[in-house]
Amino acid sequence: MMSETPLMISIEHVNKWYDDFQVLKDINLTVHEGERIVIAGPSGSGKSTLIRCINRLEAHQEGRIVVDNVELTDDLKRIDAVRREVGMVFQQFNLFPHMTVLENCTLAPIWVRKMPQADAEKLAMTFLERVRIPEQAKKFPGQLSGGQQQRVAIARALCMQPKIMLFDEPTSALDPEMIKEVLDVMVELANDGMTMVCVTHEMGFARQVANRVVFMDQGEIVEEAAPEIFFSTPKNERTKAFLAQIL
Amino acid sequence: MKPVHWIRKNLFPDVWNSALTLFALWIIYISLPPLLVWTFFSAVWEGDGKTCRAITTGACWPFVKANLGQFIYGRYPESELWRVNLTFVLGMAGLIPMLMPSAPAKKWNLIYLVIAYPLIAIVLLAGDRPGLVGVDTSLWGGLLVTMVVAVTGIVVSLPLGILLALGRRSDMPAIRMLSILFIEFWRAVPLVTVLFMASVMLPLFLPEGVSLDNLLRCLIGVALFSSAYMAEVVRGGLQAIPRGQMEAARAVGMSYWQTMGLIVLPQALRHVIPGIVNTFIGLFKDTTLVLIVGIFDLLGQVRAQLSDPNWAVPEGATTGYVFAALIFWVICFGMSRYSVFMERRLNTGHRN
Repeated sequence: MMSETPLMISIEHVNKWYDDFQVLKDINLTVHEGERIVIAGPSGSGKSTLIRCINRLEAHQEGRIVVDNVELTDDLKRIDAVRREVGMVFQQFNLFPHMTVLENCTLAPIWVRKMPQADAEKLAMTFLERVRIPEQAKKFPGQLSGGQQQRVAIARALCMQPKIMLFDEPTSALDPEMIKEVLDVMVELANDGMTMVCVTHEMGFARQVANRVVFMDQGEIVEEAAPEIFFSTPKNERTKAFLAQIL
Repeated sequence: MKPVHWIRKNLFPDVWNSALTLFALWIIYISLPPLLVWTFFSAVWEGDGKTCRAITTGACWPFVKANLGQFIYGRYPESELWRVNLTFVLGMAGLIPMLMPSAPAKKWNLIYLVIAYPLIAIVLLAGDRPGLVGVDTSLWGGLLVTMVVAVTGIVVSLPLGILLALGRRSDMPAIRMLSILFIEFWRAVPLVTVLFMASVMLPLFLPEGVSLDNLLRCLIGVALFSSAYMAEVVRGGLQAIPRGQMEAARAVGMSYWQTMGLIVLPQALRHVIPGIVNTFIGLFKDTTLVLIVGIFDLLGQVRAQLSDPNWAVPEGATTGYVFAALIFWVICFGMSRYSVFMERRLNTGHRN
């Protein structure tokens, strides 16, 4: 198994509340280098909140989250250190509309990694080629289709050369005909050995690349298993009900 | 299309539109000729106060011509006027390339305009340095004072307003409270009150022996007052930026100031250019209020020259006010056109 490789993410007994409402209940999850985790579950189950806790876009209130050997606390230095090594792709792409595709990709390497502009542009072009849109480099995000925008967002995250990639429902805002072009890029990334945590409803993708599928419901991890087991012999009733609905 | 057809199609397509067209023509017919007669045909163009004294139906342009120096410089000493002119030229040398998007070296241009130029302008205008005679601000007047007050207000209010707007949306309770207090205090007080406070009451609170120049006190008052307005305009822009923009920037490890400076503010300010320019124009016209604390801006200087017995002529006041209005209109209209130009330019190709 992959557990021989170093530990990248360790989540221990994490609880989180929005006011009185508990969104995460005693979450425990470990991710080793090179592992691909898919988190599935009905909407409102806390899966997006969980993935956003990994780069501290949301703060947890109890428990420990350690990413790349740095424990996440209120300390801004630690948070920035984690964010430099963790790329994130959002449901709504969140590209910067006032900058070209190339500028979107070079911004963080230049300002966060202090990379010279020429090097950053060269790096950005290699990743834009990897997501197969180098010819759009000079365009603005508003001139691209949804699928193209999401691929730019993936390239933008990769330009920081992160150790971990987080995907928060990357295909949910896309028209059906564009989902495949984004998933293809993600599969390639997985095949290259990237450590990935993906919140997604694409069960075909989970089957194809995931080492483990984590099923969440009502703020809890209900079931965690390798995809072949998860899809063929789910143990929990809630998992069975969920799978019956979406498959 | 033939002119006849164009007129029929656009001006007289049906009864209702024809009536409106005729009404508009009638308004022009009753208002335009008297205006032209007063401004040009019955106006006095050459001469002095005596020539104007007999004329009651036309403008007295010699009044403006004879007092133009006072209207522009106030009572600034005649031998030192080159300093005001040089200050103006140096300002334009910085401002014009700044306003042209194609001009190079924007960063240095901005540093010159915001940091170097104000210092140069203070030394040149106030003097009291080796080689320069000090010119007390009580001698400043006219368009010079209008420009000094307006430019100071504009240059201070934009950055300060941005900081206040960010402060009001800050996660830190102390900073948020202070920003809200500041904004709500200055917005709730009339500018006239602020000027009176600055001019009459502030000296009472200052320790013995410390005195601040009257004009300087008014400048501070105007700048803080307009910052509060600017803060609310900028805050409107900040609210239009989706949360995801901030999250995406923070997720790649950018700091708060990098996120604001590179991602949020460039988009937010673009949204509120009309509001920002609106505030600038309002501020520019509000400078006339310094008159009530004994500072003579362009309008105040026009009024002051009217009390000159040589120019006690029937149409003197109207002519002076029309002249002042014209100057204000030209400058404000210029700002307005520039904002339209910038909006168009920034909107090409960038939008979602």
